[in-house]
Amino acid sequence: MWVIYKKELTTFFNNLTGYLVLGVFLTVMGLFLFVFPETSLLESNFASLEPFFEMAPSLFLFLVPAITMRLLAEERQLGTLALLLTKPIDEMGLVIGKFLAAVSLLFLALVPTLFYYITLYFLGSPVGNLDTGAIMGSYLGLLLLGSAFASIGMLASSLTESQIVAFVLAVTGCFLFFYGFYFLSGLPVFFGKWDALVQQFGMDYHYHALSKGAPDTRDLIYFLSVIAIFLLITRFVLQYRIRS
Amino acid sequence: MSVRVEGLTKIYGEQKAIDKLSFQVEKGQILGFLGPNGAGKSTTMKILTGYLPPTEGSVEIGGFDVQANPKEIRRLIGYLPENNPLYGDLYIKEYLHFVAGFYPIKNPSARVSEVIDLIGLTPEKHKKIGALSKGYKQRVGLAQAIIHDPQVLILDEPTTGLDPNQLVEIRSLIKALGKEKTLIFSTHIMQEVTALCDRVLIIKDGKMQANDTLQNLQSTFQGEWVTTITFQGPFTLEHFKKIKDVQRIRQIHPDVIQVITAPGIDVRPLIFKQAVKDDNIIIGMQQDRRSVEEIFQKLTGSDIQ
Repeated sequence: MWVIYKKELTTFFNNLTGYLVLGVFLTVMGLFLFVFPETSLLESNFASLEPFFEMAPSLFLFLVPAITMRLLAEERQLGTLALLLTKPIDEMGLVIGKFLAAVSLLFLALVPTLFYYITLYFLGSPVGNLDTGAIMGSYLGLLLLGSAFASIGMLASSLTESQIVAFVLAVTGCFLFFYGFYFLSGLPVFFGKWDALVQQFGMDYHYHALSKGAPDTRDLIYFLSVIAIFLLITRFVLQYRIRS
Repeated sequence: MSVRVEGLTKIYGEQKAIDKLSFQVEKGQILGFLGPNGAGKSTTMKILTGYLPPTEGSVEIGGFDVQANPKEIRRLIGYLPENNPLYGDLYIKEYLHFVAGFYPIKNPSARVSEVIDLIGLTPEKHKKIGALSKGYKQRVGLAQAIIHDPQVLILDEPTTGLDPNQLVEIRSLIKALGKEKTLIFSTHIMQEVTALCDRVLIIKDGKMQANDTLQNLQSTFQGEWVTTITFQGPFTLEHFKKIKDVQRIRQIHPDVIQVITAPGIDVRPLIFKQAVKDDNIIIGMQQDRRSVEEIFQKLTGSDIQ
């Protein structure tokens, strides 16, 4: 598993995907938070990172599929999947190794944003007037959300040999899981009685719950289950669809 | 370490890709797996490596059942898949290090250098795999298959697409590897089998046509002599069929026919006379015993009566 992890992480930084993802994420975030006046932290009257955490999921919606689209589709296209799966590693090891590499890249993308936190810390009046708990919760939520997107991306990538198809499938899947249930809950059938329940299937519900700063185990369990389910389906796809 | 295959069958949907194959290979033997394209060679090899599950039957490598002990099996075998898939954007060393990482190898760097030397990759060792010629790519494929010094080597068409010089080099490599290991390789080129194998296994449409040593195969099928005749212009095929002692005739080219007789019978004078009588022009005539190519053609049914 670690062999795969190491290789994927090296590959991210060998063929520029890694730099591109980090670059795009940080540039776009930087523009919104410090340059564009509408969303600028500097123009705001409150020392809060909320704009960052509001925008990050939309960026992740595209960036995470861009990271994951290659992971299995390329192996299928090159035929190297047959090579890997005849080495002493099982499908789960392969899937988890690649998944962890993608999550590590997301983690690396988030680390520099601590700079925003530091900036705000000193901009606050008085200095340090900031809801650190909520920010830590939001970071946790963002990392879990990114990981959940990555698990959807892994599944999409296992379904096809084409990276483009994998990307489109993953963006669609992530979108549905993030916003879909919220919109679904607006259907008249659910109104009043079931809408709250339906919303709880969506990722945005749990993401926002985590960003309130008091991590609830239910939200953690939700994200971890989503990740586990998608990775298991991915393994299943590798095992049965490709080998039959 | 022996490889034992018993009643192996693989069914894709309705189609039987391989049908009740049984054979056995011992250490130090090279088994040539021969068949036309689509005969089920790759499928069989994928089952041998444990990548594909068989529909029926079993494979045992060194006493381990392949389906029941995937981890052990994967350590024992080295596999070169069909079309030699590789990561073009990795450097040779980088790639071999990656592959070595899957196995418990004590000093991976030393082993990678050793394999690079052994396989003859030294002059190109600083290149990216994508920049290599086909022959060198094939060597990288072989290098990754032997990096952990496996007991059993399974090579799926290791010589496709190589030029004649590269062919000779890769064949001698395979021959050398076969001395200490159990080696199974597939090909649709007959000469390769003559050059390399101890045993030949011929399959067609997933069914075993022959499983024997090369000498045995040759002596079994040398019950016939073949005279190849080249004409210039039209000729009357029907008349040649009526010549005494001719068993059958096949046309291998618009201008070329092969006349098959029992051994020891020289039909050339009669053919010549018949040609003169019909005013056919013969520009070449040669008598041969059956070659290995013909045995292959006969067994795989591409022969024209």
